Parts: sequence; structure tokens; C-alpha cells
Amino acid sequence: MNISLLMFLLFIAITLGITYWASRRSAGSSAYFAASRQIKGWQNGIAVAGDYMSAASFLGIAGIIAFQGYDGFLFSVGWLVAYLTVLLVIAEPLRNAGKYTMADVLAYRMKPRPVRAMASLSTLTVSTFYMIAQMVGAGALVKLLLGGYVNYNQAVTGVGILMIVYVVFGGMLATTWVQIVKAILLMSGTILLSILVMAHFHFSFGEFFGAISQVTYHDAKGQQVVKDFLQPGLRYKPPYGPLDLISLGMALIFGTAGLPHILVRFYTVPDAKTARNSVVWAMVLIGSFYIMTTFLGFGAATIVGPDFIKGHGGNNMSAPLLAQALAGNIFFAFISAIAFATILAVVAGLTISATTSFSHDFWTNVIHNGVERKPGEEVLVARISAFVVGAVAILIAIVLGPTANVAFLVALAFAVAASANLPVIVLSIFWRRFNTTGAVAGLTVGLLAAIGLILLSPSLMAVDPPTVVGTARHLIQAKAWFPLENPGILSIPLGFVGAILGTLLSNEPSSQEKFNELLVRSNTGLGAEKAAAH
Amino acid sequence: MANAAGNLEVAQPKQYQASKSTWDEIAASNAFQDLMATKKIFIVPAFIFFVVYYFALPVLVGYAPQFMSIKIGNVNLAYLFALSQFFVAWIIAGLYVRAANGFDRLAKDILDKAENAKGGK
Repeated sequence: MNISLLMFLLFIAITLGITYWASRRSAGSSAYFAASRQIKGWQNGIAVAGDYMSAASFLGIAGIIAFQGYDGFLFSVGWLVAYLTVLLVIAEPLRNAGKYTMADVLAYRMKPRPVRAMASLSTLTVSTFYMIAQMVGAGALVKLLLGGYVNYNQAVTGVGILMIVYVVFGGMLATTWVQIVKAILLMSGTILLSILVMAHFHFSFGEFFGAISQVTYHDAKGQQVVKDFLQPGLRYKPPYGPLDLISLGMALIFGTAGLPHILVRFYTVPDAKTARNSVVWAMVLIGSFYIMTTFLGFGAATIVGPDFIKGHGGNNMSAPLLAQALAGNIFFAFISAIAFATILAVVAGLTISATTSFSHDFWTNVIHNGVERKPGEEVLVARISAFVVGAVAILIAIVLGPTANVAFLVALAFAVAASANLPVIVLSIFWRRFNTTGAVAGLTVGLLAAIGLILLSPSLMAVDPPTVVGTARHLIQAKAWFPLENPGILSIPLGFVGAILGTLLSNEPSSQEKFNELLVRSNTGLGAEKAAAH
Repeated sequence: MANAAGNLEVAQPKQYQASKSTWDEIAASNAFQDLMATKKIFIVPAFIFFVVYYFALPVLVGYAPQFMSIKIGNVNLAYLFALSQFFVAWIIAGLYVRAANGFDRLAKDILDKAENAKGGK
């Protein structure tokens, strides 16, 4: 019996148990969408970490550092520091003034229908792109790890069905606990792996960093090279590298606070103070994890080596291969199962945020003017849309196939969140004059700018050699018009300009009428949604 | 549209409702102005500091790689500066939580007063 398979099945069994338990506590909108707002601060902190640390961070970062050294570590830094924006600016006002989605805050003093429709579109865009990247990654990973047992299509379908089951039956409560279990597993695996890496170097940092300063591998031309992997510039090279790095930083720092699947987590706690504490808990976990990517990434570079990783599944296999090199097949299976758990927890979070937005923002508030026609309709619509979202994600991931060029989708999700969502959230809380036209314009311009610039970037525009085939090829076979992979540096200011111009060019006194109410509510918590009674 | 918002509130009542004049009164009160000023004094500088400190990293790494490659002990300046970001972020978060306890006290007075004026919740 394959040990990896056994551990995968164990994790699935545990999460299905959680879902069964949660399904009996998920009746009613507040229970289904916000886990009755009874999640404790530390629990929500762990769940935020579990929601956030995707396969891109665990497998992706280890891989980028293993191949491109120090520059990869810069992702790790941005992914933590971004939480200061969440903590200082977004989490508490959102919890105080909203109900289930970020659009609750945006629509508060605006005309609700246009604002919610655009906010919902933006949420669905971010969640779907992010989800497809995760699903394709999951399929490729499961196929590599369980090769012989399941193929890519079966793996994608399996992951999709599991996430549908968690969300349809267990709602936010099941999603939360799946994320908590995953975060604990991910942290334990990472700590263990870090200790083993240091043990390999006899617990001497001198020896460890000595090895990092001379990583030997063969470059694209087959030449043997020795590089100092702590040296900046292996990934972000002139002329555009430095600018791309700043642009990436902007998307991370301002995008995290606009990611719908992170924002909905703050509605699951009883009040703003607990939301604040949960961000701090999340920051402790997320920060510790990303510091440890030093050991995962550089460990893989020095102990396993880029040459070996390239020949055994590539980039994303760096962490599992490191585990195998250090402690054999059982540890390989354990780390692989953690990677699988990581993906499942993140896609479940993405699914619930997408379905909450569709059901609460679009169905109830845009189509039916804010009225639930019969009790339970909102939750029913959410369950159906979870099923649809899951099915669509499975189909797209299968059509794209395991070699599809999808890494840019994560960058795109962050860019849309930073360029469309963040400007309008900030302006609606802080700018009295801000109005409906401004909010709709900001969301539209931010969304289009981020997508448009990515379409014209080297991620989608490049000339491939004929050896690259199918969906692995770049979408547009021409030299990129926009030189940066990350559009943030241009699309974020555009989002703000759209929002501000839209406001100044229109006159809408009604949106200022409720500004004081929103200001008082968001800053004091007066009248905030309370936890359901026990 | 105003009708739409009205329907929403009938269907799902908020815990605290008040007229526009009450909200304006609270917003203009000294207690609330105090709260906003106290928040601003901490949040604005903290936000500016962390944004500047963070973007110094990609700017220096991108445009002064030679300088950032200076060796310090076993590692280099680039790695140490990146590592320092984690600790600076944790410290700012810790300071914010301390400051926010003060915000909570100010907010509680406003909450109590508003809810009492309504004759209890």
C-alpha cells in the first residue's frame, strides 16, 4: 500500500468527519456564511493562516528559492508584511460595518445594486482565477505523488468534489476547521523539515549559509555553474526586474487586504476586537512559516540541488523531494499529504467566498432588492452556486490540463484585489465625498486594468519555441507590450484614479448622507452584527 | 434605491438603529472626535512607516544589489534586511494592539452612551 495514498485518505476522512459535524450546525444565513460568528480569535487566526498559505506558498516558494535563491525569499516577506494593511486599515471597520461580504461595507451608503453587482463580479473574478491556479496545481501534484493510482483528471475531479462537499454541507464552519487542521499540519511539517535541514548542517548556521553561497548546478545551456544563492538578482534582472519587484510588492501589500476569501473570515468572529486579535495570531503563524521558507527553499537548493529537482518533477516538487532526501519515503508521504491538505483548505475558502458573494450580494441584494423571498433562500442559493462553481472549476482545470501556464493567475488575483477592491474599500470608509459612480468606476477600472495589463505582459505574451505545445504555450505569440509580470504599479493607481474621477465627475448627495453613520459604525462597532446565541 | 435599503433592514434588523440626526450628533461629539484623533495619531504614522520600510527592500535590492550583497558574518545585508521585515511587522502589530486597547476604551464610552440613550439595547 502506498503510504502517500494512505495519508491522503486519512486527511480526507478527518475533513469529512468535520463536515458531517458542521453540517448539523449550519442552518440559517449567519451560521452558514459566518459560522454563527462564534469562532474564537486564536481559532480564526489559525484559520486565516490556513486560508492564506496556498500551494503557491508552500510548494511554489520552496521551488522559487531552490532555483532562484534570495529573490524568491522576497515573496515570503511581502506575504507577511501585507497583514499590516489588513490589521491597521481593513479588518476592524469591515467587521464593524459589514455582515457577510466586503460589498456590505461598499454598498452601505451607496446605491446598493450597481455597487454590489460590480463588487460581486470582482470577487468572483479573483476567486475563480485563484481557484483555477490551485486546481491545476493540485491535479499535477496529486498525479506526481500518487502516480499509478490516479491520473490528472481524476485528481482534479477529486479535489473539486471534496471542496464542493465541504462547502455545500459544512458551510463556513466546516471550511474554518478544515483550514485550522491544515494550518496545524503545515506548521508541524515545516518545523520538522526545518529542524532536519539544520540537523543536516550539524545545527551550524555557518555551515548552512556556507553551502548556500556555493550552489552548483547546470544552467539552461548545460554549463556547470556555481552561484551564491543569497545574492539578489537571480530572478529579477535589469532592465525591468527591479520595477517588477516593486510592482509585485505593491500587489502583495495592497492586494491581501482586498482578497475576498481572507476578508470573509473576519465575519466569523464575535466582534472587531476579536478580529484584530485573530490578525495578530495569523501574523505570528504566517510570519514564522515564511521565515522557515529559508530552510525549505535553501535546504532544497543545497541538499537536493536544482539539477535533481528538475529531473524529478520540477520546481513544485522541491519541498517533498527535500523531505525524501532527509528522512525517506514516509516523510515524503507526510509532506505530500500536507501539500494536498493545503490546496484543499484554500480552495474551500475560495469557494465559500465566491458563493457567499454570489448569493448574498448578487442574488439577494441585486436581483431581489435585499429581500429573501422565503427563509433559507440565501443559503440554498449559496449551496447551489458552490456546486456550480466547483463543477466549472473542475471543467476548466481539465480543459487546461496539467502543463497549462497558470502561475500568472495567482499574480492576477492579487493584482485585481489590490487595484479594484482595495481602493473602493478604503475610499468608502475614509472619504465622505465618495459615491456610487466612483465605486463602480474604481472597481471597473481596477479590474480591467489588472486583467488588461496581465494580458499584455510577458506572462501571456511571448514567443515560444515550437517544442512548447498546447496550453503550455503563451496565449499571444508576440513580444510582450507591457514589460512587467506584475501590473500593480500601474493598475493600483489606475483603480484609485478611476474611483476618484468617477466621484468628482458626478453629483450624488445621497451617498454622503449616511457617511457619518458608516463612520461611527465602522469605528466604534455600534450596531455591529452580533454572534448568534448559544 | 432608498427603498431597497429599507427593505433589507426590515428583513434583517440591525441591533442598533438610529435616525440620521443621532448619527450626526455622535459623529460630531467630543468623545467621537477624540477617538478618531487618537486613532489617527497612531495609525497614520505606523502605516507610513511600514510602507516606507517595506518598499526600501525591493528598491535597495533592485537598484543597489552590490550594496545589498555586502557580507555580514555568514549572511549578507539583503538577507538581514529581509529578515528584519518580519520582526518589524510583528513589533508594529504588537504596538497597534496596545494602542487599540486605548481605542476600545474610548469607543466603549460612546457605545454605552448611545445605547443608554435608546433605553437599553
